[in-house]
This record gives sequence, structure tokens and C-alpha cells, in this order.
Amino acid sequence: MSNAQIVMRADTGPTQAHTGEVERKLSTLELAWGNGFVRKTAIIILLGLIWEAYGRYLDNPLLFPTLLDTLSTMRDRIADGTIPLRAWASIKVLLMGYASGVTIASVLTVLAINTRIGTDFLETMTAMFNPLPAIALLPLALIWFGLGNGSLVFVLIHSVLWAVALNTHSGFLGVSQTLRMVGRNYGLKGLSYVFRILVPAAFPSILTGLKIGWAFAWRTLIAAELVFGVSSGQGGLGWFIFENRNLLDIPAVFAGLLTVITIGLVVENLIFRTIERKTIRKWGLQS
Amino acid sequence: MTALLDVSGVTLRYKTPSVLVTATERVSFGVDRSDRFVLLGPSGCGKSTLLKAVGGYLHPSEGKIRIKGREVTEPGADRMMVFQEFDQLLPWKTVLENVMFPLLVARRLPRKEAEDRAKAYIEKVNLTRAINSYPHTLSGGMKQRVAIARGMAMEPDILLMDEPFAALDALTRRTCQDELLQLWEDTKFTVLFVTHSIAEAIKIGNRILLLSPHPGRVKAEVSDVDRVSPTDGSAGQLEKHIHDLLFAEEETAH
Repeated sequence: MSNAQIVMRADTGPTQAHTGEVERKLSTLELAWGNGFVRKTAIIILLGLIWEAYGRYLDNPLLFPTLLDTLSTMRDRIADGTIPLRAWASIKVLLMGYASGVTIASVLTVLAINTRIGTDFLETMTAMFNPLPAIALLPLALIWFGLGNGSLVFVLIHSVLWAVALNTHSGFLGVSQTLRMVGRNYGLKGLSYVFRILVPAAFPSILTGLKIGWAFAWRTLIAAELVFGVSSGQGGLGWFIFENRNLLDIPAVFAGLLTVITIGLVVENLIFRTIERKTIRKWGLQS
Repeated sequence: MTALLDVSGVTLRYKTPSVLVTATERVSFGVDRSDRFVLLGPSGCGKSTLLKAVGGYLHPSEGKIRIKGREVTEPGADRMMVFQEFDQLLPWKTVLENVMFPLLVARRLPRKEAEDRAKAYIEKVNLTRAINSYPHTLSGGMKQRVAIARGMAMEPDILLMDEPFAALDALTRRTCQDELLQLWEDTKFTVLFVTHSIAEAIKIGNRILLLSPHPGRVKAEVSDVDRVSPTDGSAGQLEKHIHDLLFAEEETAH
């Protein structure tokens, strides 16, 4: 009987010297350019330079203050405690509205995932209210809840609720049949099934919903504060901007806007990015 | 002696949006303790549907499924499933946590005990080096081995395996089959195994139930499968025999 022949090749052994280059260290510049943070910082610095140049060219601090003016006003206002106080006032209201919105959204989606009538309810409500800008409810809220945090929280709930509920619900629906069967195999039912299987499995969508909800809420809040301003003696950032416009302190208006942007960036890039890294990236649910 | 798993006269039907499909018709069989019982048949014979019914995910429209005399009404951890799909591990848990999770929530073991037991079973499937990895970093074969460890760690009455190696490449599949048999030698667990590969059925099983398609009916039962051996050609003969049985009608019909 004839056998197949195996000939061993010696040239793959470790003694063979490497002729081709397998790995090469990247230069510092290449490494830095590969970092998204560095690239984005470069863009921001460039935009800052353009701002400064245009501001100087225009030389009209009433219309368009320079970046340096804005920054120095911002520093003063932070140092005298105005901006931190105003920002805190905004964030406090925001957190109340955001937490209530997310809580109501989770109750609605849990009902929707367990009963058909709950699904219909959620779908109808989202279809009706999601396109309605939260700020459009403000006049009504003012009549119902008066000038105060109650009205703000009401419009914030509206801005957060539908985005979070919609994303969470579609996330739940997207959980694979296999994972659902695994969960039921363990005898999980009701709430423990929802929280131990569905919520983590749908976490990418839930997180997207939370991010969109946050962005909606932040915008709505600043806009609402601009419309009806101060409540209970202590306004937020929106009121700070409005107030300084009335005083024609335009650098302070810009400083207020810059604070709004900065807080938005910090929440998006520090808080949500960290949650993402510790959850869905680690789990391989997002690359 | 009554069988550990007793399936008697089970008819399974499911609805698609337009039609009512009969997947299996009056199927009966019994699985004894330490059996490696294989459900074998071409696609459309309802073998996976039958396994899901034993798992408690479907209710028979006729007949009864009993495990240790109790009627199966819903899914439960006394019948651990191993699926074909690679996404059956919980992606937010490490290998160790995946194996521990059912021990904690279904078996309600204390954490320490669950951890020890999980580690022992992960050791058995040779995955100790990957114990703290997340599932997305594992290969397909490793994921299936974790799923098997997870099922076995629960020490269920019966392990239900739904073509667990079908999505693997041929080399990995053989390794996994050998490993499963080795595990069986160690613990003599009871397994109900679904496959459409005749060779796999002969390799894994000691008893094989042949099902014919549309709707699924029992065609034959092969016992003492472990007496055949791949070296003297008897396994090949049995394979040919089963092939002829399963496809005889189809060929004459053409």
C-alpha cells in the first residue's frame, strides 16, 4: 500500500534569521495623530485661533468679543462664583427631570415588554409625543405648575421620556431569541428576567437612548430658562445668558454659551464615554 | 424501570402567520439515565422542535413529556440547554461568571460554592486559561465548550444539546466531540442530542432515534450504537445503513 509523503521544511525553524520586517515602532507624531483626542483638540485650537483673529479684525466687543475677552470674563465669573452657582442651579433641575423621565420610561417599557396592551400604549404615545418639541409644552406647563422648577421638570420629563423609552423598547425587541431562551432556561421570570437578561443584553440601545435623552434635556432646559428665566430667586445658565444680554455684557453672554457647551462636552466625553468603555466595549457589543 | 425522560405520543404544532405546521406526529421514546440519546433526521423532521418541547418552550398539542415522572410545563434548570448559536453566552459576563450565573440564580448556591463548582467544570473543558475572558474574545469552539461547562455544572437531570457543534469547523468539531465523550466517561451524565449528521450521531450516541420528515415521525430506533467501532468498518456500515433508511423513500419517490 502506498502512503502519502510528508516532507518537513527546515526553513521555518527559529534559527532562520528574519529577513522581512515584522513590526516597526510608529513615530511619536504618527502615534499622536492616531489619537482621536489629539486630533479633536487640534481642531478646537484652530477654531479658537480663527475666533480670536476675526474678533480682533471686527473690533466690536458688543457684537463679537474676542476669545481672550470671553475667556477672561469667564474666569472672573467663575472666580466670583456666579457661573458655578448658575450651572449648579441648571444641573440640579436637569438631574431631577432626567431621573424622573428615565424612571417613567423604564416603567413604561417594562409594561410594554410584558403585555401587548402595554406595547400598544407605548407605541401610540411615542408616535404622538416624540415629534412634539418639549419647549412647545412650556406655556401650558407654566399655567399648570407656575413659575418654578415644577414647570421645568415637567418639560424635561417630556424631552427625556420618549427618546429613552423608544430606544429601550427597540433594544428589548432586538435581544436574540437564543439569549431569551437561555434566560428562561434558568427559570428567570418577570422583573428578574428583565433586569438580569433583557437590560444588559439591550444595553447598547439603552445607552444610546440615555445619551439622546441627555442631549434633549440639556437643550430644552437652557431654552426654557431663556424663556421664563428666574425662579425662586436663583436662575440657571439660560437665565445668566438672558440677563447679561439685557445688560449688554456680551462677553459674559459668550462665557455663558461656552459653559453650556463645556458641560455638554464633559458629560458626553467623560461620563458617557466612561460608561461605554466599562460596559458595551468591554463586552464586545460595540467596537 | 421507568425512563428518566418519557416522551409519549407527542404531536407538536406551531403557527406561522399563514399556516399551522405539524412538526412532529405522535412521537414516543424514553431516555434512561446515562444515555447518550441522539435525535437524528433530515431538516424538517422536527427534531429541534422536539428538543425545545422537552426544554419546555413549546407545549405538545397531543401526548405528554415527563421527566422523572413530573410533567414538563415550562423551561427549567433541571433540563439545561446547549444551543447551536454562538451568542448563547451572556456577553456581559466572563467565562467564570457565565458558568456561575445559573448556579446562583437557579440553584441558589452560595457564591463560594458556585465559584468552586464552576471552576471545576471549566477545568474539565480545558478552558481554565480563558476563565476571566469575555465571550467575544473566544473562538466558536471555546464558546460552545463554555456552554457545555455551564450546562454540566448545573448537574441537570438531562442535558439538552441542539446541534451544538454544527456551526464549528470540521477540525474543532471533532475535538469537541471527543471532549464530550471524555466528559461523559467522567460523569456519565444523561444527554439528549440533536443532529442531522449521521456520522456525528454514531460517534456521540449509544442510542439513536431516526425521524422522518414532514411531519416528523419515528422511523426506527438504533440501540447499542457504542458497540460499533470506526476502526473495523462497522461504523461505516451502520452509517450507510442509516443513510439508506433515511433516504430510501425519497429516492424511490423521484
